[in-house]
Amino acid sequence: MKFTVDWLKNHLDTKFNNNQIIDKLTNIGLEVESFESSTSELDTFIVAKIINAKTHPNADRLKLCDVDIGSDKTIEVVCGAPNAKNGLLTVYAPPGSIIPKNQMKLSVSKIRGVTSYGMLCSESELLLSNESDGIIELKNNKYANKIGEKYFKNTSEKVIDLSITPNRPDCLGVRGIARDLSAAGAGKLKINKKSNLKYRGNQNINVIIKKEKAQGCTIFGSCLIKGVSNKESPKWLKDKILSLGQKPISAIVDITNYIMFDLNRPLHAYDADKIDNEIIVRSSSKGESFEALDNKKYILENDMCVISDRSGVLGLGGIIGGTRSGTEYSTKNILLESAYFLPRSIRKTSKQLNIDTDAKFRFERGIDPLSIEEGLMKASELIKQICGGKISNLDVKKIENYKKTIINFDPFLFEKTTGFNVENKELIKILEKLGFNVSRNKKILKLVVPSWRPDITQPIDIVEEIVRIKGYEHINASEPVKTRLKPTLNYYQKLFHFLQRSVASKGYLETVTWSFTDSKINQLFKENDEEIPIVNPISSDLNVLRNSIFPNLIFYLKKNLDRGFKDISLFEIGPVFKGKSPGDQLTVIGAVRAGKVSRLSWNDKERIVDTFDVKKDVIQSLCEAGIDKDDIIIDDKTPSYYHPGKSGGVYQNKQEKNALAYFGEIHPNIIKKLDIKTEGLVIFEICLDYIRESKQKIKDSKSEYKFSDFQKSERDFAFIINKNFKSQELVNIIKSVDNKLIKSVRVFDVFEGENIPEGKKSIAVNVTIQSEEKTLNENDLDNINKLIISSVESKSGAKIRS
Amino acid sequence: MSDIKKIKDDYIDKLNTENNIEKVNNIKSELFGKNGIISNEFKKLGSISVEERKKLASDLNNIKDELQNKISIKIQEIETKEINLKLEKEKIDVTLPERNIEIGKIHPVSQVIDEISSIFSEIGFSVEEGPDVENEYNNFTALNTPDNHPARDMHDTFYLDNNKELLLRTHTSPVQVRTMLKGKPPFKIIAPGRTYRSDSDQTHAPMFHQVEGLHIDKNINMGHLKGCLNYFIKEFFEVDKIKMRFRPSHFPFTEPSAEVDIGYEINNGKIVIGEGNKWLEILGCGMVHPNVLKNVNVNPSKYQGYAFGIGIDRLGMLKYGINDLRAFFETDYRWLSHFGFDPLDVPSNYRGLSR
Repeated sequence: MKFTVDWLKNHLDTKFNNNQIIDKLTNIGLEVESFESSTSELDTFIVAKIINAKTHPNADRLKLCDVDIGSDKTIEVVCGAPNAKNGLLTVYAPPGSIIPKNQMKLSVSKIRGVTSYGMLCSESELLLSNESDGIIELKNNKYANKIGEKYFKNTSEKVIDLSITPNRPDCLGVRGIARDLSAAGAGKLKINKKSNLKYRGNQNINVIIKKEKAQGCTIFGSCLIKGVSNKESPKWLKDKILSLGQKPISAIVDITNYIMFDLNRPLHAYDADKIDNEIIVRSSSKGESFEALDNKKYILENDMCVISDRSGVLGLGGIIGGTRSGTEYSTKNILLESAYFLPRSIRKTSKQLNIDTDAKFRFERGIDPLSIEEGLMKASELIKQICGGKISNLDVKKIENYKKTIINFDPFLFEKTTGFNVENKELIKILEKLGFNVSRNKKILKLVVPSWRPDITQPIDIVEEIVRIKGYEHINASEPVKTRLKPTLNYYQKLFHFLQRSVASKGYLETVTWSFTDSKINQLFKENDEEIPIVNPISSDLNVLRNSIFPNLIFYLKKNLDRGFKDISLFEIGPVFKGKSPGDQLTVIGAVRAGKVSRLSWNDKERIVDTFDVKKDVIQSLCEAGIDKDDIIIDDKTPSYYHPGKSGGVYQNKQEKNALAYFGEIHPNIIKKLDIKTEGLVIFEICLDYIRESKQKIKDSKSEYKFSDFQKSERDFAFIINKNFKSQELVNIIKSVDNKLIKSVRVFDVFEGENIPEGKKSIAVNVTIQSEEKTLNENDLDNINKLIISSVESKSGAKIRS
Repeated sequence: MSDIKKIKDDYIDKLNTENNIEKVNNIKSELFGKNGIISNEFKKLGSISVEERKKLASDLNNIKDELQNKISIKIQEIETKEINLKLEKEKIDVTLPERNIEIGKIHPVSQVIDEISSIFSEIGFSVEEGPDVENEYNNFTALNTPDNHPARDMHDTFYLDNNKELLLRTHTSPVQVRTMLKGKPPFKIIAPGRTYRSDSDQTHAPMFHQVEGLHIDKNINMGHLKGCLNYFIKEFFEVDKIKMRFRPSHFPFTEPSAEVDIGYEINNGKIVIGEGNKWLEILGCGMVHPNVLKNVNVNPSKYQGYAFGIGIDRLGMLKYGINDLRAFFETDYRWLSHFGFDPLDVPSNYRGLSR
């Protein structure tokens, strides 16, 4: 909402200076976005003097002028005007200027082989008159010492631009703003002068508001003004319209706009002679159409509120008028409309048709239903002043009467809500200045809400009015109380926190990427999940919710590879989506590692990152987050985007359906498809939701501290075993030989090939044996060794290597 | 006797100049071996008179001690020298690079969320979460923003279906609704998380982060709201004093509503928070609207309280001097390394919010 301080002062007697007004506006909730002169397209036009006008070398009719524009050097301009001569004072438009007449933007151009820097202007080009035969001739005595100055004074006063919240339609008019300021002590609201307009004759165009279920109009007021001569607006009115950042059109249109911004009362003027017999306010039928004043043709749906005549739709009520009944300079008789349209109906229609107008913006927020007559009177008075004409009686048709909103307000609610007290006297004064009618019934105030405040419906709204006008600085801050109702984080929130920092501590950079992604990449990672398209995506490559974190991670990994980085470790912790219902999401860590380990190391051999790098990262992170390593079971079934032979799943329990983590190489097909250029690419993911919450807190779960001082022995075994036999199984077989005595089993060598039969491999393990009761003698150890060998051989088909 | 003294002096001289460990050992056996000079002298003791023997034995013992002492010192000396020489030869260039260090980082958004959670934890708030996909009711209607309310225009919403029933939450406020629906007052929670709006330009991203705050109890008023936010802002920016102003605004789900500005100035092209005469809007807040309380089955005549919503990314940008919001989500390795935090920097009360 834009307006000038002068305009405000039409409604407000104030001693406040501009800055005080600005501060006050912000303090009462009318946020000032800016306070500055509106720049004008006309600012670039400057007074200039032709120093020397000579004939163009290639064209007799053109002149080549050296022009003084008030700077060090003269400018060369090609000019076709016959009156261009030495010493002439005129108006110069530099390149970049927009010529008012044709809205063309000037550029440096060659005219018949000579470069012309800008243009000398005629009156018609500047829309000052129709004179187009020559360039403007400025009077010497007035302009001789103004060379280089702006020709058009930027008379525009500084404009206040307010950002009005959607609950305050009343402040979409200057008068409403003045009223708020007066309530806040910034001055006195001026009383509207009673007009002594004389009405002659009746409004004899019949108006019918059809009683329909979807009727979007409840009041339609109008009057006829006959015998007007429409014209350009006078300067004061043009200035007002310009200060709003709008273009003056004609007196009649400018007046209706002016009243809208002044009083927040949208109006519409019809050329009465173009109306076919009568005005019918009704709901549209699907397929009806009309051409609107924005020169677009709209095809309507059912139940849109239209103003029509017998020939069809004239306009969309409260949104936009039509060209068929639009006013022109030649218009003689006008029908002025001042109506009330229901916000719901306006909003629905404008959304469906995608139209945004100043009138629509106001009606959808709620216009004062009691401002019908005032709007008609003010506008017709101005029209009569400027365009002449006879004004008919006002005709107001209604299908519904306005009901006053009454609120019984207990002033204690104010203190209860804000924590401070305002005397009743002051409180009543504020409300009365805002337009409330206040009466008292013991402690309770009976308040009649002003008709221009549709936002006020209940006592809490009254609290807001008072505290806002009184000033938020009166609220006393209370020290925060430290009472805690429950622990800050629950188990999964802590897990989130631990895993996030645990993974980062393994050398991964945390990133945050969009929750949406490119369906084409998502496709490669979504497995059996349903695709979740966004109806209105921000762009076609962010068109689905991500089913996995990897589409984004891989996409950005590629970008970083393209930036020249080779060794990259990235991870993200966040949601992935499994369905489109709220809650169909999992919290997941996705991590990628590309490139080499020990690249360019002077002492270590560099190697490509591999599955066991990420296996370490994932297992260590899980352990750091509190999962017992002994509980971890590895499986080799993984989603299809993993290398089928070089990836694994992590479980806490054999019966579990969902792996809590996967790790491994990414499938070579994906690398190929996405054209990722890297030496190696391994990934892992952890699904936090699949990690079981341990039932005990750490303080309860620490088991008794036990250790053995008896001598421990280590024995190495090497087995020849089927190639596909899992080392995890072998370890488990050995452990199960004697859970008490066998303290640890470690695989320290695996190889195939030389001396090993086809389809077999050799696994060497180191077994630590220790008793908690005694030192084991050779005999004991031999027995265990034999047991280990026989168990392994019988359960796995392996053979001990001799 | 004098012979022996001479021998001793000779050998002492020899040892003094000797630097070879083998030769010292040779000397040792020359003197003390089976047929060594000193050993032989001792053998002679048996053949002389008791009186002479006593004296000679004593002298011999002294000489023996002196020589043995000298030899062991010499051996030690030579060994030390040899070890030093060996170590000298083993010297490496310790300025050569260590094995590759892999430094991971925590994203500024995560760090700021942890900072915020730590601050609010101190004054008794717990953390709640809600889903990113919401239904229209929780995101708007329950929050007193019915269909066809113009305030909906301020949220450019991503929808997941054509009926506009399912959407990506446009703010964290639906967590208020969920929290209150599933529990009983009092409530004292914050809810950080991802939020989505379909605009994208230099200062807007289609996804960003908010933290919601909600405190509902029997007598919570605007003074508590002001106190809580004063505390938070001061703690967050780690300053003793901060210029703040509350000014009236409008949100459908709070009434009265306020926006909070903090003072700042531009000093040498850098933004300085807390002082100066410019204002920067950082959050919206207000008293939870009675209609919202009714919608979540909380009796507004018994319970009242405040709610607030803060843009996390923006707070992070202000605190850590990050200029470009879009860069938060572009996963540029250089940016992540530069603005990321060490994983050990866990914001906490006793260790300090930030290093």
